[in-house]
Amino acid sequence: MLDVAIIGGGIVGAACAYELSRYRLSVAVLERENDVACGTTKANSAILHAGYDPPPGTLMARLNVEGVRLAEELCRKLDVPYRQCGSLVAAFSGEDAGLLRTLYSRGVENGVPGLSLLDAAQVRNLEPNLSPEVVGALYAPTAAIVNPWEYALALAETAVRNGVSLHLNAGVTAIRRCEGGFELDTAAGRFWARYVLNAAGLYSDEVHNMAAAPAFRIHPDRGEYYLLDKSEGERVSHVVFQCPTRAGKGTLVAPTVHGNLIVGPNNEPPRERDDTATTAGGLEEVMRLARKSVPSINFRESIRNFAGVRAAADGADDFIIAEAADTPGLIDIAGIKSPGLSAAPAIARMAAELLEGCGLRLVKKDFFIDTRRRVRFKELTCEEKARLTEENPAYGRVICRCETITEGEILDALRGPIPPCSVDGVKRRCNAGMGRCQGGFCGPRVFELLARERGLPPEEILQDRAGSYIITGKTKMGGAGLV
Amino acid sequence: MYDLVVIGGGPAGLAAAVQAYREGLERVLILERDRELGGILNQCIHNGFGLHYFKEELTGPEYAQRFVEMLRDTRIEVRSDTMVLEITPDRRVHTVSRADGYRVLEAKAVILAMGCRERTRGAVAIPGTRPAGIFTAGTAQRYLNIEGYMVGRRVLILGSGDIGLIMARRMTLEGAKVLACVELMPYSGGLTRNIVQCLHDYDIPLYLSHTIVDIQGGRRVERAVVARVDEDRRPVPGTEMTFDCDTILLSVGLIPENELTRRAGIEIDRRTNGAVVYENMETSMPGVFACGNVVHVHDLVDFVTAEGQRAGAAAAAYVRKGARAGGSVTEVRAGGGVSYTVPQRIRMDAAGERTELFFRVNRVCGVSTVEVEADGNRIAGFPRERLAPGEMERITLPRQLLERAAGKDLTVSIKEAQT
Repeated sequence: MLDVAIIGGGIVGAACAYELSRYRLSVAVLERENDVACGTTKANSAILHAGYDPPPGTLMARLNVEGVRLAEELCRKLDVPYRQCGSLVAAFSGEDAGLLRTLYSRGVENGVPGLSLLDAAQVRNLEPNLSPEVVGALYAPTAAIVNPWEYALALAETAVRNGVSLHLNAGVTAIRRCEGGFELDTAAGRFWARYVLNAAGLYSDEVHNMAAAPAFRIHPDRGEYYLLDKSEGERVSHVVFQCPTRAGKGTLVAPTVHGNLIVGPNNEPPRERDDTATTAGGLEEVMRLARKSVPSINFRESIRNFAGVRAAADGADDFIIAEAADTPGLIDIAGIKSPGLSAAPAIARMAAELLEGCGLRLVKKDFFIDTRRRVRFKELTCEEKARLTEENPAYGRVICRCETITEGEILDALRGPIPPCSVDGVKRRCNAGMGRCQGGFCGPRVFELLARERGLPPEEILQDRAGSYIITGKTKMGGAGLV
Repeated sequence: MYDLVVIGGGPAGLAAAVQAYREGLERVLILERDRELGGILNQCIHNGFGLHYFKEELTGPEYAQRFVEMLRDTRIEVRSDTMVLEITPDRRVHTVSRADGYRVLEAKAVILAMGCRERTRGAVAIPGTRPAGIFTAGTAQRYLNIEGYMVGRRVLILGSGDIGLIMARRMTLEGAKVLACVELMPYSGGLTRNIVQCLHDYDIPLYLSHTIVDIQGGRRVERAVVARVDEDRRPVPGTEMTFDCDTILLSVGLIPENELTRRAGIEIDRRTNGAVVYENMETSMPGVFACGNVVHVHDLVDFVTAEGQRAGAAAAAYVRKGARAGGSVTEVRAGGGVSYTVPQRIRMDAAGERTELFFRVNRVCGVSTVEVEADGNRIAGFPRERLAPGEMERITLPRQLLERAAGKDLTVSIKEAQT
């Protein structure tokens, strides 16, 4: 019997797995998709919020501020792209300026360090490309940008290296109480666990209801985004928000850790729970809203559009992180909307405390791996590149031209603690295909490496999730005589 | 120290290297990022290449092979599977490869011949889900013709660029059902001969002034919704048609690949997305030349070859002289109806007896005149039966005409005859 089964391998599940892997426990992560970080974690603003938004006294307020504080060290230790670039909330009117003062005092109350209110000239000084309509801004120096899926991957990989077992394609279909814990049916077999952490994101209500009486309902909202080429990456140097409205924190314009520009989201109800489709109207709305802050964005440099779905819980203005009232041993971590990514490491610590409160003994391991490094060829100096390619020639072959990703880095990804089974899985691990040609040139090469390294027939190579096959068979000649 | 380093071993780079060698350069090196020379020609297994240059019809690989054979008789060096990471203003070329590791090469002259890439779904913001089964036409072409894999069974093609049209035929011949080719503009982006030979001959409908308004399917493409667009290219509600397909090929434009060029600080023309070039294909950086699709997107490889030769000859002249051409500079401007010109600048000292000017129009025109003006005064006119954005145009300016316009800026525009 496992000590803990974590349902869900998103940022929350991964952070919990990492946190629990410090202790002498048997822990498994049960993930329904074929990779970690496949849901909300891979499609969001990629921002760590400073923490002035959530109402004081809420879990969101406390865990956001604590999570962001923890993230800096965590990202450094686990080699996750992270940059504390600070954020600005732009005000466009006197009314907005009033709201900024509210946010400011809320932030102070939440314990957000370093907040200040800027006048129009100070804002322009920090961000010359902002609209002349901006009359002032709230500046939060602790806001950061991060690569969200690498963040989750790094946490999950470290957990795996510390003994957590990860089960992919293991969607939970039923949970029953059993002697001393729970029995979980999954697509990958049956598991038994003393405690269950429900970190199932968009499906956390369904998972909860498998074991307990209904207590909350996930009612997601969808946000659409543009990702722009690096040619637009310096359009702003801070995360630029607009004054929040009732609909949320509004549309932001921000640099990404990869050097691109991200623009979004809007806020629309999805047609279905995991509806991550973009719409013409939504994308237009995002473009219009973003131009209000930064009129000069060149949307012709767009390289990708996407939508993300946020797992908000109906009627709850806060995260739901608690043991289910009627089901001891089942701990829900639900309704993790924004600032979930920011709060994740703090959420994981809280989950560990809750487990301890339920009677789980947390005894630290003598040996805990708490570092992670990967080769990022592009970021090396000329001398380092020369040395590395001499040691291992695979780092000398560039496969992804746009992002300068080498065969060595792709092989590292394929041979890592959580080997990917799809072209996008490789992309999430080493950025191959993330650039302006969106994998047009490197896609077939990554496909070939995947087939070779994983020993998979070409028909089974996936673009992303299960069923997303790339090829339908051989041509009549099957390439014969061409190679 | 190399006399010349050519970046890119496709048709432009091959022609440039051979020409420079023939004109006396001793140490010439071609750097190719793929495993073989030939560039995109290697996956263009259809025929129709070489009609102008070789006066016969070749396939892409055959056309490339002709140049590879020309290399055999030379001392031109080739390094394939080699990526260029950086070019500096003092013409140091940073390369990396499996075989040679990290190397910094010095060159007296550099020719940029990196070609172009395809515009993607993200660039045109097609709404809908993001399943597998959406390929740029060139990527699909690589899967079929190089790797030997089929990418789908029921295919919809967005955009009527030449690669998309060629792939409509290719997929059909491989047993797929190509349902339609959908083009946003009221005219095709490809060559007329490809519309006839790749669509009409296979009864594949072409929907002009239409676009995809929604892609459906969670894991793999299941459907695409197509609608007519109005004059402002906005979808017209009520005109939607749904296609059941598992594959969407995109042929929505090509973009010259100039990241190296940009980082080197070379001036880029916003209209072509390629380097601004002089009459001999020299860029704003002395001793650095550019040719082929990295400068502007061509329709026919024969013209790429010719442009490569021009760049190769100019690089040889530069190395011999050790200095760039001088003389007064005439700016060439794209006037009404013209989207760009190449070259963008002409120097009298370097211009030969004739200067060829390439351009594209920005709309379909019937009987027209290509007007050339110098500071507002008409100096030449070239009659045309028909002009279309999908077909690159050229005019030849004799030296005396340029001399007459000396020092003044030229404007090329289209005057359509009244009908």
